[in-house]
Amino acid sequence: MPDWIFGFIILIVKLGVVLLALLLLAAYLVWVERKFLARLQIRYGPNRAGKFGLLQPIADTIKMLIKEDIVPAAADRFIFLLAPAVVATTALMMFAVVPFGSHLTLWGRQVPLVITDLNVGLLYIFALSSLGVYGVAMGGWASNSKYSLLGGIRGAAQMISYELALGLSLVPIIMLADSFSIVDIVNAQANYPFIIVQPFAFVIFMISAMAESKRIPFDMPEAENELGAGYHTEYSGIRFGLFFLGEYVHLQVLGALVAVLFLGGWRGPILPPPVWLLIKMILVALIMIWVRGTLPRLRYDQLMALGWKVLIPLSLINIMVTGAILLI
Amino acid sequence: MKDAIEAVKALAIGFATTFKHLFRKPITEEYPEYKRPLPARSRARIILTRDPDGAERCVACYLCSAVCPVSCISMQSAEKEGGRRYAQWFRINFARCIYCGFCEEACPTSAIQLTPQFENCKNDILSFVYEKKDLLVDHQGKDKEYNFYKYAGVATDVGQKGEHIKEERPVNIKSNLP
Repeated sequence: MPDWIFGFIILIVKLGVVLLALLLLAAYLVWVERKFLARLQIRYGPNRAGKFGLLQPIADTIKMLIKEDIVPAAADRFIFLLAPAVVATTALMMFAVVPFGSHLTLWGRQVPLVITDLNVGLLYIFALSSLGVYGVAMGGWASNSKYSLLGGIRGAAQMISYELALGLSLVPIIMLADSFSIVDIVNAQANYPFIIVQPFAFVIFMISAMAESKRIPFDMPEAENELGAGYHTEYSGIRFGLFFLGEYVHLQVLGALVAVLFLGGWRGPILPPPVWLLIKMILVALIMIWVRGTLPRLRYDQLMALGWKVLIPLSLINIMVTGAILLI
Repeated sequence: MKDAIEAVKALAIGFATTFKHLFRKPITEEYPEYKRPLPARSRARIILTRDPDGAERCVACYLCSAVCPVSCISMQSAEKEGGRRYAQWFRINFARCIYCGFCEEACPTSAIQLTPQFENCKNDILSFVYEKKDLLVDHQGKDKEYNFYKYAGVATDVGQKGEHIKEERPVNIKSNLP
């Protein structure tokens, strides 16, 4: 069998496995979130569909699939239909550069456990996560409804306040690992995870990542109690489901990024590497849910002030200090 | 700097509070398994009660029907041989009823009463129309002792004029002239 056919088959298999795992995990992350958040608020959460409500995500999926797909008469039809796909695809594509193990040996050939090892992996992730906001803004604009439009505008405005801090907080990591490739960054953490040497970068990245995934306390684009549901007010059925899916895949990708950049990625004792990555991802997701259960929503200008006046200066100082220590 | 420390402290207190809640027993009452006993005077399903002797209390006075804000009560009055009034038919449309309790307040004989029994959901809307046989029960409800005809000054088989409780004999209007 020629190499390229083997490579192609392996790629398709890897894509299929990762896609399936991501979608399944997204569904069950919703369950985890509802359960965990409920316990934080002294409730039980879903417990009717199946044991411990474990069939709830499946029931929700079926419900969303069979609901009517409504396009408002005044909406910009093409963009309206496109927007949820943009959000979901960009979120799914981001996972392509996240390594979930070192490599397997199959029939005498080495198979790296990452879909693609881009040498600009981090830049690729930033590019896609910024593109995801286009989906939000487009959805908000195309719906032709005031709440959606406000949500979309907030999404765009939110992006300019956290994106810079998100990128700058990772510069010290790149300096330490000497590479943009995520595989190299994981390999650079062979001895110790970067959270030990970069706690500030970790905190800044976590805060920016929460803003990125549009979760409480940074869920201004949705803001149920101010904007109905924000940018996806007018969406129904599976298109709303795609927005929802995109959000939870985003949460996983950010969890994976935190794991990969700060917690040593797939490294860990005893258990196989993908399991360690999964554990770290879920841990980050649980922390994000805990934050959601604790903090109220920030105001628009407060996020801007936080982003521009606190996070960016802090990450700049962090870069300078890291640079100075590296030089010495 | 001081502000920053205070902010971090406030955040830590908040996170600790929610974390503590994680280990508390949920306060949720799980409905179909546990049904909270409702107060005796809570307002739900309507019944027609009987007096302690076992006779129907309802005298078909139409007061409940008149006071009902959604007009869901209807009836037809008639009179028995002994002089007692009663409802030939009595109908409540529970699909319209708002459980306001005005009928119970208006009722002079304590016949119509609301009970705490609130689980009245049905699929067929026509089955919400309750006839007299569905409404009539074999007890006195909240008012155990009351028997309207033992107090009311009307001549029935329970008693002639002047024979009721707390009632004086009728005066002879001819001999009562000044």
